Amino acid sequence: MTSNIGNGNDPSQAGHSGHDHAEHPGMAHDEEAGYYAVRARAMESLLVEKGICSPNEIQTMVDRIEARSPADGAKVVARAWSDPAYKSRLLNDPDGALADLGYRMPENSPKLDVVENTESIHYLVVCTLCSCYPRNLLGRPPDWYKSLAYRSRAVVDPRGVMREFGFQVPDSTEVRVLDSTADLRYLVLPRRPDGTEGMSEEQLAELITRDSMIGVSEARSPQTATAS
Amino acid sequence: MTLQEKNNEEDSPRFRPGDLVTVRVDNPGGHFRTPTYIQGQSGRIEKLCGIFPNPESLAYGGTGLPAQPLYRVEFPQSQVWSDYGGPAKDKIYVDVYQHWLEPLST
Repeated sequence: MTSNIGNGNDPSQAGHSGHDHAEHPGMAHDEEAGYYAVRARAMESLLVEKGICSPNEIQTMVDRIEARSPADGAKVVARAWSDPAYKSRLLNDPDGALADLGYRMPENSPKLDVVENTESIHYLVVCTLCSCYPRNLLGRPPDWYKSLAYRSRAVVDPRGVMREFGFQVPDSTEVRVLDSTADLRYLVLPRRPDGTEGMSEEQLAELITRDSMIGVSEARSPQTATAS
Repeated sequence: MTLQEKNNEEDSPRFRPGDLVTVRVDNPGGHFRTPTYIQGQSGRIEKLCGIFPNPESLAYGGTGLPAQPLYRVEFPQSQVWSDYGGPAKDKIYVDVYQHWLEPLST
């Protein structure tokens, strides 16, 4: 989403009787924009016109999300793998634990919850209703996370979906799907791979993928990481 | 905000972890966050996640009050999907607002 609103407060532009795009400031020169870009900008214009938020607030939020990536989540997970006290704090007080590493969650951001994958329990996250995702830590979700195929199949056949990601969950492990439909966002703390004893946090972070923090796969083994 | 004011603005939690509940079947129209696949299903309260303004009201410029307790509710996969292919112990968890939940009638 980009913010290109122009003067959204011009009263002469405030009529909503029709949906001619030229009515909305900032959109007249945007003939190349696709359907969703046009729609997003129309919504931005309306939010600003109605005084619900300012262009600055929108841009600040976009910038904040664009500044985050799975590498930020990987740093958090690597610390949790290396420091049992930190891991305990992350599971019990996620916002506090993230702030320890300099990740301050903005006010009004959805509550973050962290779940731990173990040998006996494997969590996988989906949002069947839309695309809820811990954007304030991991950035934007991958396109497949928002696809109808993932959102419908992850709840009905999570083991099949994980197989397609190259991850076979043994029958001895209980699979728990988390459908984040409401006010919580979930971060999966993946299992620390075998053979990683003595590795530094920086080395460990290289093994922690976006997909392992969604739960559709596990962290990479040191062997796989070296080969790639 | 005083405690009394707070109490007027949010519903008190009715359920505790371990309680058995049934998700109401409803279509209030407009925006709601209770997936239809879970409606009519019975499950177990895993935990209280917090108390949040009601999104069904917020979505249309309302206050969201009284705020609703939000629970993580656990359902056995094999109960939700009759043809579920995985082990019987697999579970699905959905976050459900209190006004969608009723005590399981036995």
